[in-house]
Amino acid sequence: MINLIVDNKPVVVKKGTTVLQAASSIGIEIPTLCHMKLEDMDIENKPGGCRVCVVEVMGRKNLAPACVTLATEGMEVKTHSIRVVNARRTVVELILSDHPADCLICAKSGNCELQDMAHHLGIREIHYKGEQSTYREDTSPAIIREINKCIMCRRCEMMCNEVQTVGVLSAVNRGFNAVVAPAFEMNLDHSVCTYCGQCVAVCPTGALTEVDQTGAVIRALSDPSKTVIVQTAPAVRAALGEEFHMEAGTLVTGKMAAALRRLGFNYVFDTDFAADLTIMEEGTELLGRLSAYMKGDKNVKLPILTSCCPAWVKFFEHQFPELKDIPSTARSPQQMFGAIAKTYFAEKLKLKREELVVVSIMPCVAKKYESSREEFSMNGNPDVDYALTTRELARLINLANIDFRTLPDENFDQPLGESSGAGVIFGTTGGVIEAAVRTAYEVFTGKPLPRLDFEELRGMDGLRKATIDFNGTPINIGIAHGLGNARKLLEEIKAGTSEFHAIEIMSCPGGCIGGGGQPYHHGDVEILKKRQRAIYSEDKNKKIRKSHENPYIKKLYEEFLGEPMSEKAHHLLHTKYFDRS
Amino acid sequence: MADYNMHVLVCGGTGCKASESEQIKNNFKKYLSELGLADEVQVITTGCFGFCEKGPIVKILPDNTFYTQVTPKDVWEIVEEHIVKGRKVKHLLYKDPKNDHLIPDATGMDFYKKQIRIALRNCGFINPENVEEYIARDGYAALGTCLSEKTPEEVIQVVKDSGLRGRGGGGFPTGLKWELTRKAAGDQKYVVCNADEGDPGAFMDRSILEGDPHSVIEAMAICGYCVGADKGLVYIRAEYPLAIQRLKVAINQAKEYGLLGTDILGTGFHFDIELKYGAGAFVCGEETALIHSMEGLRGEPTVKPPFPAESGYLGKPTNVNNVETFANIPVIINKGAAWFSAIGTEKSKGTKVFALAGNINNVGLIEVPMGTTLREVIYDIGGGIKDGKEFKSVQTGGPSGGCLTKDFLDVPIDYDNLLKAGSMMGSGGMIVMDEGDCMVSIAKFYLEFTLEESCGKCTPCRIGNKRLHEILDKITSGKGTREDLDRLRILGNVIKDTSLCGLGQTSPNPVLSTLDNFMDEYLAHVDEHKCPAGQCKKLLHYSIDDEKCTGCTLCFRNCPVGAISGEKRSPHYIDQSLCIKCGVCLEKCKFGAVLIR
Repeated sequence: MINLIVDNKPVVVKKGTTVLQAASSIGIEIPTLCHMKLEDMDIENKPGGCRVCVVEVMGRKNLAPACVTLATEGMEVKTHSIRVVNARRTVVELILSDHPADCLICAKSGNCELQDMAHHLGIREIHYKGEQSTYREDTSPAIIREINKCIMCRRCEMMCNEVQTVGVLSAVNRGFNAVVAPAFEMNLDHSVCTYCGQCVAVCPTGALTEVDQTGAVIRALSDPSKTVIVQTAPAVRAALGEEFHMEAGTLVTGKMAAALRRLGFNYVFDTDFAADLTIMEEGTELLGRLSAYMKGDKNVKLPILTSCCPAWVKFFEHQFPELKDIPSTARSPQQMFGAIAKTYFAEKLKLKREELVVVSIMPCVAKKYESSREEFSMNGNPDVDYALTTRELARLINLANIDFRTLPDENFDQPLGESSGAGVIFGTTGGVIEAAVRTAYEVFTGKPLPRLDFEELRGMDGLRKATIDFNGTPINIGIAHGLGNARKLLEEIKAGTSEFHAIEIMSCPGGCIGGGGQPYHHGDVEILKKRQRAIYSEDKNKKIRKSHENPYIKKLYEEFLGEPMSEKAHHLLHTKYFDRS
Repeated sequence: MADYNMHVLVCGGTGCKASESEQIKNNFKKYLSELGLADEVQVITTGCFGFCEKGPIVKILPDNTFYTQVTPKDVWEIVEEHIVKGRKVKHLLYKDPKNDHLIPDATGMDFYKKQIRIALRNCGFINPENVEEYIARDGYAALGTCLSEKTPEEVIQVVKDSGLRGRGGGGFPTGLKWELTRKAAGDQKYVVCNADEGDPGAFMDRSILEGDPHSVIEAMAICGYCVGADKGLVYIRAEYPLAIQRLKVAINQAKEYGLLGTDILGTGFHFDIELKYGAGAFVCGEETALIHSMEGLRGEPTVKPPFPAESGYLGKPTNVNNVETFANIPVIINKGAAWFSAIGTEKSKGTKVFALAGNINNVGLIEVPMGTTLREVIYDIGGGIKDGKEFKSVQTGGPSGGCLTKDFLDVPIDYDNLLKAGSMMGSGGMIVMDEGDCMVSIAKFYLEFTLEESCGKCTPCRIGNKRLHEILDKITSGKGTREDLDRLRILGNVIKDTSLCGLGQTSPNPVLSTLDNFMDEYLAHVDEHKCPAGQCKKLLHYSIDDEKCTGCTLCFRNCPVGAISGEKRSPHYIDQSLCIKCGVCLEKCKFGAVLIR
């Protein structure tokens, strides 16, 4: 143990503790800007670059960055001396001197850590005015880079390289011109970016934001010739409340449906319905491959990989194109919903697909990109017209002056609004594969499941594995969230050493609850954990908890699709992948 | 086998090479073989002699004649007169500026008198591309002694006792660094030679590598033996092609002779050296940035600890030393710690190489014992200020050093004294300024360099230096205020206090030291909008003296912006709102009618 003194108070900490942590342990908060740590998830950004957290260490010549300076025996630290406060304010003034002062119209206003810092330090004047950086704005199908607002905290770079191993973003240029950008400062859409949006999720300023489609949705809603329907992804309901100052992990499913109805959507549906449909298709595909394998077919592609996550799909198309036959061909729930809405549901309403506008509410920015993929449209008309993030929905609700917190709980519309608990848990890491197990087990064994909660598949560890006994047949399941973790499993598959029959992969840490389109967590991992608990509690409270028992799914197959993997299902609910290397 | 009785040494340093020393050498060879003397007179290319002001240098042995500013055309005369007839070519000899006496032998020149050459011992003496010449001057004897007679601990003790400190700028005790790396746990360790010399005007590392590459190779092997590393890496900037080529030749020769590679000298010790090229980023001289660059990452410093001795290249214990530091090692082993530590001051032992530059008569590379005063270096060795002008300031330590006034001329140079004086040793840049230099502009000039070379990682260095530069620009444009002077000081101190690495921690030094030492110049710019040295263009005021102007129209016709008007044969006039202060009118006027203030 190490003894030190912080602001005249004695502190005892373990070896390896930083000054920042030591101070925090006795309630002294040292302001930070670039530093970010997601506890228990092995995600930490501490380049020691912003220099906001500098403190005075007695006997040391210059100030020390608290986030990367380790506590040592006998150390005496002053966290808010005149020297420190002057330096800290000057550093923040310098950052502000090279930052556009357009807070009034910035997408991040009110959610900006730099704005908060300026406020916290009481900065009323910038003494060092001068030239400001001017970079070209970069717009892609999902993410906007307004890098005039980049403060070089490097969080995005850390997420893109260390966590996701995508390697698109890194610092380029030197000195005053240094900024985080793709190689050669090319545009994101020319890079191998997966649009996972984790850069957006951690950006402290407005330098990285989602493409805003709220305006287009408002125009659709106000067009009397259009019937506008909306689907909401499972993870949204566990996080949307945060935008209205509700406790993290508050489920707002009913209020969300009510708000969407008040916004003027003609039908309020649930992506969870499509998640159940995904299980029918993907589960059948899994069982097909498993049965063939057990009958001795050596050419069968195993393990099967989930394909719900668009960033993950783009990741393997760029990085592992040789494995493109391995993932399930099932489309994501968002796209299955769109395909069914613009065929089955349009027919029911006797509408042409052009008269129907499908909007989805997603925890994700990559869904914007997914909906723009050419194969998910017919004659130029996309299956999903607009994909809004959870944050964009909150903006629409505020814009319409809807008092979200006092809304009554309302139900989804039918037929595309009914779902099982299995559909709900798609929103967290481990959920898709647990939902698949619930259905596949019963179809495979012909017996009812002895239990519904597969605790062994749950949790927050980046890589998890479990063996589920399918009535005597052990099925090995792998789970990865975060693309860096996914890469490890893919390397095993490539090397032929993978032990798994099925693997679930989600790009974002935590799965969709931690998606790039969710309310900002500002580095607080507890928020993700609370959202995860909310998802499982919604599942627990559902009457139907297995996808194949959803009556509207059964009806859909009876009335329209025939059976899983039928020709029609193939045409509407499956896809193919491309080599983008 | 030829039995030479005469040797012609032609400087092959980068400076002399640029002045056709290659052609000089070829001419020698051609004429000598034409005269049938090729087997009697040997012509060799050496490393830098240091006296670059007077280059290209040619030296004739055995009589030790030192010819200066030789051109390829002079070669025939040297061959015919000196080599054939034994008569020195007088007009190529060095002329003592004090009394115009001709000095044929370098030892008689003031430039060399006060120098002691340890790191540069072989530069200008041997052919760097011939390992046998290095061996003939005790080369690889130190390695042999270490491997066969001493334990690594004993060698480290010698280095510690010698008092050698890092010559790259930090001044960290070298022996202690080796000991830390030796004690660090690791299955693989590395020895890195930092050859990323980046201070503007400094070229001692390049000269050593070009003139005596084996001294560095030998020292790296000794270091490897001491710390327990079998792999050495030289991080060298790609802009040093000659140094790279000579290093490559030297490494290959050392391997051929069993002085590198496996089982060196039959002692069972293995050591190999690989070159890693840098792209010329100044910040990559910082050891953590250097290591990241070698790893293929962006060349950016990271916070220490962990120090490279614990976790360096590829996360393994790594000992990083500068070229000049290494070059001292074999001599220390051969002559002993006591010999080395007898040279220098109490806390700075041995010698230091300086690159003399600026407005000084003898520009070049010198090596003097620690404790030599700035006055001795500038006046005795450097030959004083050019054109008889008044000394104003000397800047030591590269772009982040401080500018010292004449009050510091008698300070004995060592690590601690320079720091105390408000400057630093750095890697040994020494730039002399005279009365014609504007210190505000000088501060701005240095800042421009650090501004461009900052990696941009930490806020104070990335944005703070930019703002400092902008304030200086404002002052040199005549728009500065007294408040700006306060801002310079406050911001400069915060940048020093909060920056991540040595670059940012020292970048405001030129500004702060000139504020301390030349406040009157700043005040003249700010209060009177005048540049006392007349260097700040925007503060100049050009006008035409009515009495002297003949109306010849020459200024009118040459003014690039049409700021001058007037009738033929009557006085002309400069429109101040249009004048861009280019000075063409002043230059063209034959009657001295253009006034400047």
